[in-house]
Amino acid sequence: MAELTYRAAVARGIAQEMERDPSVVLIGEDVAAAGGVFKTTSGLLEQFGPVRVRDTPISEEAIVGGIMGAAMNGLRPIGELMFSDFLATCWDIVVNQIAKTRYMTNGQVSLPLVIRTANGGGTRFGGQHSQSAENWAMAIPGLKVVAPSTPRDVVGLLAASVRDPDPVIFFEHKNLFATKEDVPDGEIVDRLGEAAFRTMGDDVTIVALAAMVPVAIEAAGLLAAQGVSAEVIDLRSLVPLDTAAFLGSVAKTGRLVTVEENPRLCGWGAEIASIAAEECIWDLDGPIVRVTTPHIPLPAAAELEDLAIPDAQQVVRAVLAMA
Amino acid sequence: MAEPATVDIDPSTRLALYRSMVRARYFEQRAYDLFMEGIVKGTTHLGLGQEAVAAGFAEAMNPTDMTFCTYRGHNHTLLRGAPMTPLMGELAGRDVGICGGKGGSMHLTDVSKGAMGSYAIVGAHLPIAAGAAWAAQVRQSGQVSVCFFGDGATNIGAFHEAVNFAAVWKLPVVFVCENNLYMEYTPISAVIPVPHPAADRAASYGLESIIIDGNDADVVYDMATRTIERARSGGGPALVEALTYRHKGHSRADPGKYRPDEEVAAWMARDPIVLYRERLTAAGFDPTLLDEIEQAGLAEIDATTMEIRNAPPPPPETMMTQLWADGGSQWRN
Ligand SMILES: Cc1ncc(C[n+]2csc(CCOP(=O)(O)OP(=O)(O)O)c2C)c(N)n1
Ligand SMILES: [Mg+2]
Repeated sequence: MAELTYRAAVARGIAQEMERDPSVVLIGEDVAAAGGVFKTTSGLLEQFGPVRVRDTPISEEAIVGGIMGAAMNGLRPIGELMFSDFLATCWDIVVNQIAKTRYMTNGQVSLPLVIRTANGGGTRFGGQHSQSAENWAMAIPGLKVVAPSTPRDVVGLLAASVRDPDPVIFFEHKNLFATKEDVPDGEIVDRLGEAAFRTMGDDVTIVALAAMVPVAIEAAGLLAAQGVSAEVIDLRSLVPLDTAAFLGSVAKTGRLVTVEENPRLCGWGAEIASIAAEECIWDLDGPIVRVTTPHIPLPAAAELEDLAIPDAQQVVRAVLAMA
Repeated sequence: MAEPATVDIDPSTRLALYRSMVRARYFEQRAYDLFMEGIVKGTTHLGLGQEAVAAGFAEAMNPTDMTFCTYRGHNHTLLRGAPMTPLMGELAGRDVGICGGKGGSMHLTDVSKGAMGSYAIVGAHLPIAAGAAWAAQVRQSGQVSVCFFGDGATNIGAFHEAVNFAAVWKLPVVFVCENNLYMEYTPISAVIPVPHPAADRAASYGLESIIIDGNDADVVYDMATRTIERARSGGGPALVEALTYRHKGHSRADPGKYRPDEEVAAWMARDPIVLYRERLTAAGFDPTLLDEIEQAGLAEIDATTMEIRNAPPPPPETMMTQLWADGGSQWRN
């Protein structure tokens, strides 16, 4: 057991898989010699050498197209996109090529690849470096979408993503990089599509993802002080989606709140709400509530950005307003 | 322009080149007929007139080499060895289709033959072909990837990203621009500031400027052999511009009226199959041998057509298969 930051957990997860499987390789801008702009890949070049860890030009289509071609020809590549906002520069390859090719070729092509990318706000970077892009990916058939909230989960879910035979977009949250926890030694491998219960409770189900998980946990603590017992569910992956986790929880609590960092329209919480409305409406004691960022790009100024991104107080207010 | 091949190409290879072009010609003519008849639906982008490029490269490739092509990819997929009935079946949306009817005319793929896909977003497959070549380099597999695209593709970002990436990593990939002078309806000359869409860009990536007569199967085969073997032996990528012309319009039933009559006539007079037959005959090949190749090609496409006419559509349950590697399409529990 050693204390590990979320940032260091990325390198540990990649190293765990590269040690195990020689077909795992890593490319991206500044990932090798520099160890990544967020230092998430530090030490990997030294450990695995320049054939398996390689710096690319600033060519996002070449990075994701490159790992697609490599996955078609015997590698299990990991490609890093420095910021998830940059998915937009190579979205064609992600959506039209990576996501559709297996289906269009009727299974002739397998694409065991991972696109890792730094996602989300809270860093005062402004509108083009703060996007929560997980909804973009969730909307595309053929992509698996993973977003860990803890250092331990970074290792376990990254391992699961690398081993998965299908393309995975792995969202690392920028505002969580410095968070730490004790992580067990030895190999950690999770399964995609299994949510985690972060708190147990009877009065309300709060579903969250990535950086919104600590927000929801903090809210659960504040609610407990007011006599409200909240069950916080960390989805961990949007595709596959663990619907059983929240449907089962709502059957017990009768109330459902989703906490999303992404802009309002078509956020993943809307999909959760729609599933709950279709499948467990009679378990609900009141309307489903979505807490989201407003439908705006994220502003840079600290006061404005903090206002935009949901915080624990906002979640508490939303829950108390339901009662 | 590279000189006509002076190297000796052995007679069996030249017969194979002729056979390839003839088979591709019959396939595409029949695809057109079946489209007009309503058997082939949706769209088709025919390679009629461009057979020499596909034949020359396919003949120069090893079985484990990889072809990446565009929506105008019937020739390339067929000539890597994909069987004809599943290809035509795919165009017609039948269960026997090579992609089970899920791909269609623009996405012919036969991974078992190294035909790694036909891509319908202009330029998108260049980085993918480079990536497959990167895997060959990492795995030291000795494979080369060959990537075909049109003149129009040289103006999209992915072209430049991929050629630069391949050049700087010295990847074993040969990029082949089939310059047929037109995009859909607009001539390429109207949208580039240099005469040659691919060759004139090569220097930016430290590559040799290569322009060949894409209607001369010997020339194509010769340049294919040289660039592929150089890539295989670690010499890095090549960018080849092959001048050619499509005999029909861009797609479907497009009559191609935007092309001047004299230009069409001049290129029709340079039909790669007619030219090659003349060359082989002059070189002393027995004309009855060439006739036999043509008869066999016609018999093959007739047999395929019969099979396709009677073939059933894909069963409904296949709609939900093969999104994921487990064969299904589940996204939740
Ligand atoms: C990114 C993109 N833009 C536009 C199109 C529509 N489109 C399909 S084919 C084509 C012309 C391409 O011309 P060229 O690259 O010369 O290839 P050719 O069809 O002549 O073989 C266009 C504009 C497309 N499929 N993808
Ligand atoms: Mg063209």
